[in-house]
Amino acid sequence: MTAVKSIAGAAAAAEARPLRRNRVWPAPFEAIRRPVGTLLRVAVPPLLGILLFLLLWVLLAQGSGGSLPGPAATWLSARELFADPFYRNGPNDQGIGWNVLMSLGRVGVGFGLAAVVGIPLGFLIGRFDFLARMSAPVISLLRPVSPLAWLPIGLLVFKAADPASIWVIFISSVWPMILNTAAGVRAVPQDYLNVARVLRLSEWKVFTVILLPAVLPSMLIGVRLAIGVAWLVIVAAEMLTGGVGLGFWVWDEWNNLNVEHILIAIFVVGIVGLLLEQLLVWLAKKASFGQEV
Amino acid sequence: MERYVELDQVGMRFDTSKGSFTALQDVKLAIARQEFVSLIGHSGCGKSTVLNIIAGLLLPTDGIAIAHGREIAGPGPDRAVVFQNHSLLPWLTCYGNVHLAVERVFGKSESKAKLAERTEQALAMVGLSHARDKHPNEISGGMKQRVGIARALVMEPKVLLLDEPFGALDALTRANLQDELIRIVARTGSTVVMVTHDVDEAVLLSDRIVMMSNGPAATIGEILDVNLPRPRDRLALASDPAYHACRAQVLGFLYQKYGQRAVA
Repeated sequence: MTAVKSIAGAAAAAEARPLRRNRVWPAPFEAIRRPVGTLLRVAVPPLLGILLFLLLWVLLAQGSGGSLPGPAATWLSARELFADPFYRNGPNDQGIGWNVLMSLGRVGVGFGLAAVVGIPLGFLIGRFDFLARMSAPVISLLRPVSPLAWLPIGLLVFKAADPASIWVIFISSVWPMILNTAAGVRAVPQDYLNVARVLRLSEWKVFTVILLPAVLPSMLIGVRLAIGVAWLVIVAAEMLTGGVGLGFWVWDEWNNLNVEHILIAIFVVGIVGLLLEQLLVWLAKKASFGQEV
Repeated sequence: MERYVELDQVGMRFDTSKGSFTALQDVKLAIARQEFVSLIGHSGCGKSTVLNIIAGLLLPTDGIAIAHGREIAGPGPDRAVVFQNHSLLPWLTCYGNVHLAVERVFGKSESKAKLAERTEQALAMVGLSHARDKHPNEISGGMKQRVGIARALVMEPKVLLLDEPFGALDALTRANLQDELIRIVARTGSTVVMVTHDVDEAVLLSDRIVMMSNGPAATIGEILDVNLPRPRDRLALASDPAYHACRAQVLGFLYQKYGQRAVA
C-alpha cells in the first residue's frame, strides 16, 4: 500500500514540475496554445507566400510604368468580368464562363477519347510482352513530340478547328495513360496472381477482381498526368485555332491590349488546373485501399 | 501407408542467365491422408519449391508429383495454399476475400445463402466474425494470416499447404495461431504440408518432420517421426523428455550435419 502511495506521490511531484523547461503560461493561454501553434504552422507560411507574391507583383507593376497592371486594377477588372460570366455578343465576344466551359469541354472529349483508347491499350501492352516490345519503338519516338506539332495534322485531316484541338488533347494525354497503365499491369504482385491460379479463377474474374483494382492506382496516376498535360496544351492550341475558349480569349485580349484580362486568364487557367488535379488526387486516394500511391 | 500425396524422384532445375541451376534433386516423399508434415531446412534449401510443386504453382522438371492418384498438372482449389505474406486482396474486405474462394468452389452447386453461411462460418472458425467488414490494411498481421487460413480452409481442400504461415508474426501471436491451427486441423481432419524454419513449431504441430539438406541440388536428408500424443499442449510439452528428444534431433540435423551455413 505504501509502495503504491509513494509511486503516486512521485508522479504528482513529476507533474508539478514541468518536464520541458518551457515558459509557464497562465492557464487560459495554456489551453489555446496548441491550436494556435497548429494554426501558425499550417496557415502562416502559405499566407506569407501569397503576400510576398502580391508584393512582388505590385513592385513589378510600378516598375513597368503602367504597362503591367497591379493586383488592385486586376481585381477590379475581374469583379466586372465575373459579374456577368455568361453573356453572348456574337461568336467572338462571349463571357468568361463560356470560354472556360468550352475549353473544359474540348479537354473532356479529347481526354475521354484518350482514356478509351489508352487504358485498354495499356492493359494489353502490360499483359503481353510481345505487344510491349512491338509498341516500344513507336511510343518512344512519338511521346517526346510537342503536342502542338500535331495540330497541322489535325487541321489537315479534320478540316476544322474544333476537332483539331481535340485531336491535340487526345495525342498529348494518351501517352501517360498507356505507359502508366502498362506499368501498373506489370507491377501486379505475383502473390495475387498465385491466389488466382490456386482458385483457378476465370480470365474475366482475374481481370475484374485482381488486375483492374490492382492497376487502378497507377492508372489514375497516368490519368492525373494526362489531365495536367491536356490542360496545359488546350490554351496553346486554342490560341492557334480560335473560336471560343480560354486560349482564344487570351489571344483576343492581347489584340485588344487588355492586359488585366490576360492576367485574369492566367489565374483562371491556374485555378481550374489546380481543381482538376485535386479531384484526381482525391479519386486516387479512394481507389488505393491503403496501398502506396 | 496410403499415399495421398506422392513425390517420386522429383527434381527442379531453373534456367538462369548463368546456365541451368538445380534447386532440387531426387526428392522422394509420400504423405498419408490426415497427416501433418513439416518441411524444415536452412533458407535456400528448396523447401518452398517442394511446397509449390505440390501446389502445382511449379511443375517439376524431373520425376513425378501425384496428388490423390493424379499427376499434378497445375494449381487447384483441392490444394489450398496459405501464403507466407497472407496475399489478401487489399480492395476486398475480410468477408470478400474469403467469399471469393467460397464462390469459386461452391458457387455452381449451392445457393447464395449457403455460400454466405460458409463464409461466415470460416471467419468464425478463426475468430474474426467481428472484423468481417474490415479491409486488410485495417487489421493486424496476425489477423491477416487468420483470414488467409480461413480462405484456404473454406475451400475444404484435400491438402492444406502452409508456406511459413507464421514467419512474419511476433512470438505471442505466432503461438496463439499455432494453437488455433492445432484445434482447426483436429476438427477438420485436414492433410497438411507446412514449410517452416522454426524447430519448435515443427515439433509441436507435425506427425513427421522432413529435414532438407542445403542447396543447390537439395534433397531430403532425414525424416523424423514425432510420436507425441495428441492433443498436444505447449505447456505440458515444455517439460516432456520426448519433446526435447525430437527437438534435439532436428537441431542436430540442422546445426551439426548441415550447420556450415549461417542460419537465416
